[in-house]
Amino acid sequence: MSIITKLALAASLATALSSAALAQDISGKVVGFSQIGSESGWRAAETSVTRQEAEARGVDLKFADAQQKQENQIKAIRGFIAQGVDAILVAPVVATGWDEVLTEAKEAEIPVVLLDRGVDAPEDLYLTSVASDQVEEGRVAGQWLVDTVGAEDCKVVELQGTVGSTPAINRKQGFEEAIAGHDNITIARSQTGDFTRSKGKEVMEGFIKAENGGADICAVYAHNDDMAVGAIQAIKDAGLKPGTDILVVSIDAVPDIFTAIAAGEANATVELTPNMAGPAFDVLAAYWADGTEPEKFIITESKLYTSADDPAGEYERRKDLGY
Amino acid sequence: MVDADYALEARGIIKVFGNHVALDNVDFGLRAGEIHALLGENGAGKSTLIKILTGAYQPTTGQVLADGVPVAVDNPQQAQKHGIGTVYQEVNLLPNRSVAENLFLGHQPTRFGLVDRRKMERDSRDILERYGLDIDPASELGAHSVAVQQIVAIARAVELSGKVLILDEPTASLDRNEVERLFEIMRDLRAKGLAIVFITHFLDQVFAVADRVTILRNGKRIETRALDDVTRTDVVRLMLGKDVAFSGATGVQDARPLGEVLLDFRNYGRKRSVHPFTLSIHKGEVVGVAGLLGSGRTEMARIMFGADAADEGEVHFEGKPVSIARPTDAISKGFGFCPEDRKAEGIFGDLSVRENIIIALQGKLGWFSALNRDEQMEIAGKFGEAMDIRAASLDMPIKLLSGGNQQKVILSRWLATDPAFLILDEPTRGIDVGAHAEIVRTINRLRDEGLALVVISSELDEVVAYSSRIVVMRDREMVAELSGKDINPGVIVQAIANHKEGTAS
Amino acid sequence: MMRRILGQLANPQLLALAGVLLINWLLFPNFFRITWQDGRLFGSLIDVLNRGAPVAILAIGMVGVIATKGVDLSVGAVMAMAGAVAATLVVAGYPAPIAVAAALTVGLLCGLWNGFLVAVLDIQPIVATLVLMVAGRGIAQLITQGFIVTFNDPVLIFIGTGSFLGLPMAAVIAIVLLVIVTLLVRKTALGLFIEAVGVNRAAASLAGIRSRMLLLYVYGLSGLCAAIAGIIVAGDIRGADANNAGLWLELDAILAVVIGGTSLLGGRFSVPLAVVGAIIIQAMNTGILVSGFPPEFNLIVKAGLIFLVLIIQSPLAGRLFPARLRPVQEARK
Repeated sequence: MSIITKLALAASLATALSSAALAQDISGKVVGFSQIGSESGWRAAETSVTRQEAEARGVDLKFADAQQKQENQIKAIRGFIAQGVDAILVAPVVATGWDEVLTEAKEAEIPVVLLDRGVDAPEDLYLTSVASDQVEEGRVAGQWLVDTVGAEDCKVVELQGTVGSTPAINRKQGFEEAIAGHDNITIARSQTGDFTRSKGKEVMEGFIKAENGGADICAVYAHNDDMAVGAIQAIKDAGLKPGTDILVVSIDAVPDIFTAIAAGEANATVELTPNMAGPAFDVLAAYWADGTEPEKFIITESKLYTSADDPAGEYERRKDLGY
Repeated sequence: MVDADYALEARGIIKVFGNHVALDNVDFGLRAGEIHALLGENGAGKSTLIKILTGAYQPTTGQVLADGVPVAVDNPQQAQKHGIGTVYQEVNLLPNRSVAENLFLGHQPTRFGLVDRRKMERDSRDILERYGLDIDPASELGAHSVAVQQIVAIARAVELSGKVLILDEPTASLDRNEVERLFEIMRDLRAKGLAIVFITHFLDQVFAVADRVTILRNGKRIETRALDDVTRTDVVRLMLGKDVAFSGATGVQDARPLGEVLLDFRNYGRKRSVHPFTLSIHKGEVVGVAGLLGSGRTEMARIMFGADAADEGEVHFEGKPVSIARPTDAISKGFGFCPEDRKAEGIFGDLSVRENIIIALQGKLGWFSALNRDEQMEIAGKFGEAMDIRAASLDMPIKLLSGGNQQKVILSRWLATDPAFLILDEPTRGIDVGAHAEIVRTINRLRDEGLALVVISSELDEVVAYSSRIVVMRDREMVAELSGKDINPGVIVQAIANHKEGTAS
Repeated sequence: MMRRILGQLANPQLLALAGVLLINWLLFPNFFRITWQDGRLFGSLIDVLNRGAPVAILAIGMVGVIATKGVDLSVGAVMAMAGAVAATLVVAGYPAPIAVAAALTVGLLCGLWNGFLVAVLDIQPIVATLVLMVAGRGIAQLITQGFIVTFNDPVLIFIGTGSFLGLPMAAVIAIVLLVIVTLLVRKTALGLFIEAVGVNRAAASLAGIRSRMLLLYVYGLSGLCAAIAGIIVAGDIRGADANNAGLWLELDAILAVVIGGTSLLGGRFSVPLAVVGAIIIQAMNTGILVSGFPPEFNLIVKAGLIFLVLIIQSPLAGRLFPARLRPVQEARK
């Protein structure tokens, strides 16, 4: 697993580095993009970044919003096939039921790249899939905490995502993997904040009361930035300094968390990049150029951002992406 | 023993609900080739009997026989198998499906397991022709008039069952021509040997089409007679259950001078509800309203009170034309209305006796002049005592009171508003003797105090006792206004029955 | 007098609240510890008041609707709309009072719209308000264009997170609303009319109550309360989250009203007890947070507790434990 991940990472980094060189090669190509919808800020950002990436490469992007319905996605893909596009990007809304339409695309010799989610279909029906590794995201967050607290004792409270959701399970697992073996770091409390700002705030308030007015809490790990933003407010309301009295680490890298990092109220965030399209265009470029078959799973980088990474600048770069 | 004359027979039927005997040893025989009218006031047991014949209810004791053979009718489908079909007042077909589908629903002709639409529509056309209907079988049922839907329902029932047809108030929403057409069909079916049960409130129709009549009252069969042998007066007398022709009761002392005119309804009416009527009501008089159920009595009361808006005519109050389009209009002029259906339209079951008494007064005062608890107690106590309301506490929910006491509460509710005009719809129905006397006493007292009252009642003796005039309703029309010596049960019965004797105006 | 007050305290809702608080105390001994910090009271009990305030405010509006035999499913969506309107306006540079007034107006109009559907068009309340439940959130998302509109307006933030006399602003607003609405329905005849319409609308009309007007007012109040709750929730997180603000809170509000002893079949209602119902629900939520149960148990624990509360106040329990004198049925001769 980890070897594959590293190989894939290396591959995607390599393609990312060479993307500028390849950008010219694919101008004029027509690519269809079937997006799930716009249910979250991140999804909106993914749409804008995909458009930007296409524009930068001179690709003509045909965009179709499926409004959370698979049948709309299948219709859109059939439409792309009928138009004879050069490639298709799909962010699949569910994992099953894709065999037929993917076979149609294959028969029309149109390469399909899956974005940020996989499907239960034979691997030869699509060119590759580009996705983040949610376990790795949790691991990066955990590793940051391990590196930061050193040998000191640290009681962590965890704000989980929606109970039973895949990102909540994976991000919890990754974090626990990273702190395993560091007995000075323990997860004292863990509750769900439903990925929302208000629940994050409410749960953090409860944690603070339960842990001696917050004095016993060393760090909060939130499965997404929205909950972290809520938790920061709860910490402030309790008369403590977020980022100093209680460390704050979370995942996603949405613009609002960079404001908090810049203000010293949050310490670190792990990026779930909305740029799934960039790597996708790069492998397509290589495929069109000389038929290079890419890896079946391309894992995007889970990059860590702290106050050292120009948070104000990151905020500016992201604020208009639609988060 | 076996009377094979009867296509369908009910023998010794007793049906008990809880401790209420709905049918008490009722015999009912239906011959092939006759139209048999089933008459009785509401609650007499007509619908219970029909439901037993069609299998919707099971009798507590007693038997149902088809062609002289005892049968168990457990449900309407089984009734159909025994040849019994029913058509209700509210057509219970599917208005959004085609006429043909409605005719054949549940037993469509099939070909290779699929509905054979062509055959179904061809057959439908044949059937409809037999009933004199020239309509497209593929058209939507709901697009046709109620009369046509009614005939389709009859056609369906006859095609499915074929021996006995039960028509439960089929004419209630039809106009005169449509009724005539329905009668032709009924006579036709009779000629073909069908046995038809015909339930209606309209005496004219009974005499126009039926051969025999069975009269029910209070769950008992009073009489089954050939219609050739009876007069309308006899029938009404049997239905109302008083030997009224020989009752000597005459109207109130004509000696008392009438007060001035309080209300004047001129050609006042509402389409499809009550024909325009003209009636003046004086202060200090009780106008009794007589008529069979469904004759338009309640409808008349409702438009007087604005519960339904009149769409014809005008009303003058104390000499000035006024508009009474909703109850609040009426109440602001000092009207009060005790509805017939106490439970559905009168009482607030979960609210206390106190609140039930003060609610109309509070409504009149508006939101912001709320009566406080002490004021409410005082008002409720005053009227509770005056009306002799028997309640353990004025704070208990009214639903725990007996019917008679509930009626007294509703009367108190209006008396608390200091009314000038009260409309009482069947104020004494279904209440115990003591409460009954109290209410009659109150009606007399209010009249003497100068109130104007309109009282609707089926109790002829009672109406006669307190009314200074009586209007008679028939077929939603005010057909007579009786006064003086004519206020006696005999004349009223004749007016209801449409006999020309007496001095009906 | 004393006995009457004691009798009222012995009602099932307050007993249930005491029970939930007791369990919280057993699970977390510091539950009742309240300290003074930064000019405000601080402690789990205060959290219960603060966090329970939005649902309590919704319940204040909802209880009148339910008393008329109706229900308002749109309140959660109206919260999202009101928050979105207020946030978008202050971000666009309008002063906070205008933003708040606009949000309240939106809530009131939503409520009147529901009332119009129910009272004038005679649509069943559950269907009528479902329309806005679905559409309202969509409208909120359109207003915010799908992302959380973050603001720094001090007035809005004060409404959501400020304090007055040491109490959280949200709780203060809920208490003020509770007092106003209770006085409104009990010191005028409004409460009686609402109950009359709920028990028997036909009889109410014949008794001279303008039931249509009344329904319009009741649904209007519900919409207004939802808007207030929406502004508080937005102020609390300094942002309008159209996707999540007020999500499913209509169900909590209905539950609060039911726990407060008002029947979904309409009739008798109590505004204060509906608020107690909301506090019971929040006391459970907060109890679960401080108790340290794994989150997988949240819903089960909550459902179990609610089940208990409903059993305590069921008619059967009332018969088994005749704590209060039941009305004596009239003796018949």
